[in-house]
Amino acid sequence: MIHAEVIWVILGMGLVTYLPRWFPLVFLSRRRLPQWLVEWLDLIPSAILSALLLPELVTNGTPRHIALWQPELWVAIPTFVFALKTKSLGGTVIIGMALFWLAQSVI
Amino acid sequence: MSILVFAGSSQFIAVSMLSTGAGALSIILTTFAVNLRHLLMSSSLAVFLGNATRRKLTLFAYGVTDESFAVNYTRFSGKIWSVNRALVVNHTANLAWIVSSVIGGYSGRFIHQGAFGIDYALTAMFICLLILQLKSRLYVLTAVIAGAVAVILSLTIPGSSYIVLASIIAATTVLGLKKWGAK
Repeated sequence: MIHAEVIWVILGMGLVTYLPRWFPLVFLSRRRLPQWLVEWLDLIPSAILSALLLPELVTNGTPRHIALWQPELWVAIPTFVFALKTKSLGGTVIIGMALFWLAQSVI
Repeated sequence: MSILVFAGSSQFIAVSMLSTGAGALSIILTTFAVNLRHLLMSSSLAVFLGNATRRKLTLFAYGVTDESFAVNYTRFSGKIWSVNRALVVNHTANLAWIVSSVIGGYSGRFIHQGAFGIDYALTAMFICLLILQLKSRLYVLTAVIAGAVAVILSLTIPGSSYIVLASIIAATTVLGLKKWGAK
């Protein structure tokens, strides 16, 4: 029972994740990308992760409004520190979930 | 999904965007932007694969991930590596990926919604992925700008286009500052 749009999303995602891997291998074997483009592309992942994360932490609802007193934001601080210290993806997810669970049951 | 989309963070992003009712196009655009880094990885691997056939390259491209790139790039740099070995690395990783996805998909139904702070799993993962990206002050600055712009845009324009917009604005601004500062 999968919605038709979800199928399109998956197919589209498959295409846009495969093509950037395939294209340079086949066509750019010798040539190199211009330096500014390399540097720009290099900044994109940190930008996009932050753009995904921050609105989730400090806003809420539709239409969105600022919400600073939500557990999402306060749990993020110790989770952030843990991630910084350990660099462990699995550990961070477990700590984040545990703290969020705790915060929800307290509030 | 795991067969077609060999990209973990994008899958999580897609799930969280789908659950907030984002449109197909903005999800695909976000996926594209998040995975643009593979363009860089494939470009640097291409240097070592000049003599491989197009068929092998097409097969190889499917398995280019952060992890397999790290392994293959290191080995290729050491000159003791072959295209076939690199292919084995990529597709072993891929197989493990698909098998774990299936296990996760079937066991996931036993976890009821909202249990054990599962709602926060994505947020925590984004936090750690972001930390792993922040290799210097330049990346921190990019993240700060992107986050601030994203918050402002998410409050003012409906939908999820703020993600791609904020990222492009932040990366362009920081690159501009860097070029301007270097002069």
